[in-house]
Amino acid sequence: MTLLELDDLKTYYRTEDGWVQAADGINLELDENETLGLVGESGSGKTTVAKSLIKLLPDNAEIVDGEIRYKGADLTDLSMREIRNRIRWKEISMVPQNAMNGFDPVYTVGNQIVEAIQVHEPETSDAEAWGRARDLFDELGLDEDRVDDYPHQFSGGMAQRAMIALALAVKPSLILADEPTTALDVVIQDRILRTIEELQDEFDTAMIMITHDMSVVSESCDTIAVMYGGRLVEYADADTIIKNPRHPYTLGLRNAFPDITADDQELISIPGTPPDVVDPDEGCRFAPRCPFAEEECWEETPEPREFDDGHIVECHRADEAPLLREEAARKETWQQVAETEEPAQSPAGGASDD
Amino acid sequence: MEPSLGDGGDLTVAELDRNAETLDATDQASARSRLIESGKRTGSMLVDVFRDDRMGQAGLAILLVFALTGLFAPLVVPHEPTEINRGDDGTTLRLDAPSAEHPLGTTNMGRDVLSQLMVGARVSLIVGFLAAFMAVTIGVNVGLISGYYGGWVDDLLMRITDIAYGLPFLPFVIVLVFLMGPSLLSIIIVIALLLWRSTARVIRSQVLSHKQRPYVESAQAVGASNLRIMYRHILPNVLPLAFLYGAFSVAWAVIAEASIAFLGFGDPAMMSWGQMLFEAYTADAIRFAWWWVVPPGVSIMIMVMSVFFIGRTLERVTNPELRHAE
Repeated sequence: MTLLELDDLKTYYRTEDGWVQAADGINLELDENETLGLVGESGSGKTTVAKSLIKLLPDNAEIVDGEIRYKGADLTDLSMREIRNRIRWKEISMVPQNAMNGFDPVYTVGNQIVEAIQVHEPETSDAEAWGRARDLFDELGLDEDRVDDYPHQFSGGMAQRAMIALALAVKPSLILADEPTTALDVVIQDRILRTIEELQDEFDTAMIMITHDMSVVSESCDTIAVMYGGRLVEYADADTIIKNPRHPYTLGLRNAFPDITADDQELISIPGTPPDVVDPDEGCRFAPRCPFAEEECWEETPEPREFDDGHIVECHRADEAPLLREEAARKETWQQVAETEEPAQSPAGGASDD
Repeated sequence: MEPSLGDGGDLTVAELDRNAETLDATDQASARSRLIESGKRTGSMLVDVFRDDRMGQAGLAILLVFALTGLFAPLVVPHEPTEINRGDDGTTLRLDAPSAEHPLGTTNMGRDVLSQLMVGARVSLIVGFLAAFMAVTIGVNVGLISGYYGGWVDDLLMRITDIAYGLPFLPFVIVLVFLMGPSLLSIIIVIALLLWRSTARVIRSQVLSHKQRPYVESAQAVGASNLRIMYRHILPNVLPLAFLYGAFSVAWAVIAEASIAFLGFGDPAMMSWGQMLFEAYTADAIRFAWWWVVPPGVSIMIMVMSVFFIGRTLERVTNPELRHAE
């Protein structure tokens, strides 16, 4: 059952220099209980897309076009008040990037979970709400008695768990997890991802997981959407993205993460820096960093093309994928871009992998 | 089944409900005790900070002495403050130097200075605390609304604050007290009307910083209303600073009241320290009748000092760096 559908969503930021096209023509679909991984570098627009859903955007942001269909209603039509009372948390909750700061420091964590429950379900008694908070802690593998602790008394991993407890407090249909495990070490990261997965099944919740970590998405997501410079450049089920990527950016992204099964593997980073998306010119946004860019790529913005079973790629040379894959695996291919681009770059602008 | 908006309520985890039912009175009591406990924690932090700070303790002790004096003054004064005292020969004791009967001497009307001094503490305390409380209440609200909403609301409120800053304190107070009549209440209101400005500025700048913190975004994501975020989440975080400015406001209000009274615009029915100085001045006794002039002057100074000591200690609550520096 389709839970959420983004149709040509465009969220721009007004700045003195012009419109920053942070999310430009995003099409996505999310089923109930599905996990979507939203991948990309910092500044690629992942968070903007997620926050557009609950209109948690800064004042200078505007959803200029597109639809956000959620359970049949278009969220872009709803007023701020309706979003606040009907959508936020009750339907779509969020796990912020830095859980430690996500809690108000002056109240106990339990207090804040109880508050969230009672804001959305005012008929809930104190005792019942506290009981639920304790049960949630239990579900997330935290000691129930820690509900009485203040946020600063939690370790990073515990705070993240507590944040997930808060996100589940009123049983939303969709959770937006903004880099939920970035600040944690891999062991804790793995445990939390597994907990999330279990709870998702138990609570029957869909999730959009925002991350720049390919290994996280490959492990826990059903589908993956790769964003670059505000555009959705590749979108398919997780297996396809991992095994048969078609977009040069995805190829590069995959190179930049180690594969522990391969010995003596050299990581290859994508040269250049993320693009400036203030009123961008016509042309593929990845072209300046793409080793396979041709004249066409600079002159014409590629249209999304669909390959077998819903694999959507926004690249002029997507049909040459097998060749590109082979080339992209070699370090020289990428170095060549770095060399040709060097003169135009500022001294500080080195390779940037996220 | 086609999911529809707003039906999310029943993804029930059965255990949750079952547990909720089995929860009994003890849990309700524990919820209450949690609230009390969180209050206690804030209190114990204050106690901790004051325990380590001699100046703060001194300030509290001095203020306590003044408060007790003011509270019990009518019961313990050696003479009625307005009573005209006569000597053994039946003549009025005018400007009598300190003696056993009148430890701080008498005024030109033959009134006991010590008694006036003790009763005068009440006015300073009442004006100081009430005016400061009002000023901080106004200042915190203006700062909170201004900082949180930003935009034209901020512009408007901050321009009003600028105007309040532009007003010369004493002339403004004198004119308003003159217009409103010299009662204790009007003095309090007028002082409060000017004192809120610094609190408003400082609270606003704090709110601006807190507004950007992730916990505020979390609260927004949870669906909290602006009022809830402002008063339930940001306010407690900036409250220590409000206390600090409250303490300073008390000091300024005490000084302001004394100034107003000294200039002769005080409530004639209320004996205050400023009033004593005013009377000494108008009686042309200010140059030699030191027993009449020095006590109220020193009292004002010591009370203001004690409040600043307390404020200094409160500053350590608001600024953890000061706590760790020593």
